[in-house]
Amino acid sequence: MRELSYRHALREGLDEELTRDENVVIMGEEVAQYNGAYKVTEGLWEKWGCKRIVDTPISEAGFMGMGIGASMLGIRPVMELMFWSFHSVAFDQLVNNAANVRYMSGGLINCPIVVRGPANGGTGVGATHSHTPEGLFAAFPGLKVCSPATPADAKGLIKSAIRDNDPVYFMESTLLYGNVGPVPDPEDGDFVIPLGLADCKREGSDITLVAHGASVLQALEAAEKLAEEHNISAEVIDLRSIRPLDEEAILNSVRKTHRIVVVDESKPFCGVSAMITAIVQEKAFDDLDAPVLRVNTIDAPAIYSPGIEKEQLPNARRIVEKVLTIA
Amino acid sequence: MAAKKTTKKKSTKSTATKDYASAEVNKQLSAEDKVELYRKLVRIRRFEQFSLKEYNGGKMGGFLHLYIGQEAVAVGAVSLMGDNDHVITAYRDHGHALAVGMGMNECMAELYGKITGCSKGKGGSMHYFAPDKNYWGGHGIVGGQTPLGTGLAYGLKYKGLKGCALTFLGDGAVNQGAFHESLNIAALFELPVVFIIENNGYSMGTSQVRSSAHPEEGLAARAEAYDMDWDVCMGENLYEVRAHVWEAMKRAHEKSKPTILEIKTYRYYGHSVADANAKKYRTKEEIEKYQRDHDPLKVWQAVLEGEGVLTSEQAAEIDSAAKEEAKAAVEFAEESPYPEISDISTDIYWELDNDTEASKQGTILFD
Ligand SMILES: Cc1ncc(C[n+]2csc(CCOP(=O)(O)OP(=O)(O)O)c2C)c(N)n1
Ligand SMILES: [Mg+2]
Repeated sequence: MRELSYRHALREGLDEELTRDENVVIMGEEVAQYNGAYKVTEGLWEKWGCKRIVDTPISEAGFMGMGIGASMLGIRPVMELMFWSFHSVAFDQLVNNAANVRYMSGGLINCPIVVRGPANGGTGVGATHSHTPEGLFAAFPGLKVCSPATPADAKGLIKSAIRDNDPVYFMESTLLYGNVGPVPDPEDGDFVIPLGLADCKREGSDITLVAHGASVLQALEAAEKLAEEHNISAEVIDLRSIRPLDEEAILNSVRKTHRIVVVDESKPFCGVSAMITAIVQEKAFDDLDAPVLRVNTIDAPAIYSPGIEKEQLPNARRIVEKVLTIA
Repeated sequence: MAAKKTTKKKSTKSTATKDYASAEVNKQLSAEDKVELYRKLVRIRRFEQFSLKEYNGGKMGGFLHLYIGQEAVAVGAVSLMGDNDHVITAYRDHGHALAVGMGMNECMAELYGKITGCSKGKGGSMHYFAPDKNYWGGHGIVGGQTPLGTGLAYGLKYKGLKGCALTFLGDGAVNQGAFHESLNIAALFELPVVFIIENNGYSMGTSQVRSSAHPEEGLAARAEAYDMDWDVCMGENLYEVRAHVWEAMKRAHEKSKPTILEIKTYRYYGHSVADANAKKYRTKEEIEKYQRDHDPLKVWQAVLEGEGVLTSEQAAEIDSAAKEEAKAAVEFAEESPYPEISDISTDIYWELDNDTEASKQGTILFD
């Protein structure tokens, strides 16, 4: 199969949806003439022009709300946040308006918007720029959240997100944009991955590692080490989408391995990992041979220091250490 | 139809041709003061040039937003600060930091993420702080510092202190909602805040005309909507910067009234060093024109040489001393240790760091 970078795969997905539906509009800071701060939208403005690819001022509350409003009229805005960390200045629009308008109107209005951009630590940009808000937004009924780890998943999911009739918050990673991987050729058909479908990235029998986004790669690296150095067979479940969440995929794996470590770059308090832990103990308690454990970002604002930033984040070493306490 | 409002709040005292050297606040400067200001400009430039080299050598993470080209704005404004005047800015913060008197060592070490940095390696380039020098950061979120500056002014007024909050922001930041809300509050509550828009013409790759709808007179003229005073000046000559900033500071000190002051300036490097498009959205000629004709260091050197207070030999000495200082700062940063893993978990809560009774009840940091 041909190989594409994560950013290229995303771009191809965006481009195909721009072609398929004339109501798809891409909007955000530096997405057009500058080609995107992280080059995801490179070349799209040249190809599609100012009507479809729109540069905005640094007014997140304003343009996010504008996208949400336009979506109520049937436009399909794909809004870029240069960093998901900047969601905070648009929070009211993102949680009060996008998440609630359908409910409060008794189902009369829907909001088919996509908000996408990178949400990750690990690049030396400090506490204001390193937020991972997938758990935060998944906590709001009315919103959907996904976080792909591979180029193929990025493409398949962004296309589904755009076609979805509800708000989908799509969280990428600046550390993944350059990664290359197989992506099906468009000539072989329309490639979409449904939201709410997890993917087993590595089969195993002794322990389940659940992760999403860049943490999937850390989990895979840890699984490799566990196999080589400790003779432990770890299964890696990539959630891909946080809400809807593929509970069955997690539970089925736990029923097989009887042990689980949840790897999650967000903080331990009320994050994605906390939710999964609750689900597993509620629904697979009898299958567990050990407590559900987690590897999160150390509970502090993101430290800048390039010397130890990676130690604050989930990494293969920390995952292996955690696994060894129960396997 | 309502008549168009004709009374503008723009400061009328300033004109482009004004002899700024004879402005009251500049006449007070001694020859030594003037040379000292030159030294400040040079130190910022050399510090940043050294940091750029080390950044390119992979010694730092993330972003490095260089201030080079804009030095006279921070140096001029900060030079007017008294004990009760405060300063806060965005992420392009090295110039303001050195201007308020932060040391090159602590600033360089912060870029390296070392424990000896001004923020113990926790904040990085965008997040310098020195509250002991009335310097409240260093803020990474565009516009996020503007309500804080308004709050510093509120605190001053509350305490009955005669001071002001110099609140810097970029030409792109003027489009953040938080800034507009701050303007209204500052005008309504009559707060002693000076909003200084450092208009370098671009927000990342977006030129001012592509980002902002505003009256012909400029970004500062948006103050009209809030019945606030405003002013515009050029940022290459320290005399001019000081004269205009002082007018606004006086308004804050004496009348407790806010001002928007737009200062036109230019950045020579990309938005951040990692700005891949740095040479695409503006021409080489444009950059060279500023470097040749509007460089704040050259302008000030020429002024001082013209006045006979600085010789080119002295200027060269100041320059080589600044280089030595920056070089030593690099060595200091290189030799300093990184924070320990345990340092990740400190400086989060005051109560915890101070091991108080309050910190002993309940779990506050989670595994
Ligand atoms: C809320 C928010 N949105 C976007 C960004 C990304 N960003 C950082 S600086 C910048 C441009 C700001 O330009 P300007 O205000 O003119 O300041 P300058 O960089 O020219 O000093 C952008 C878009 C951010 N840091 N915060
Ligand atoms: Mg600017």
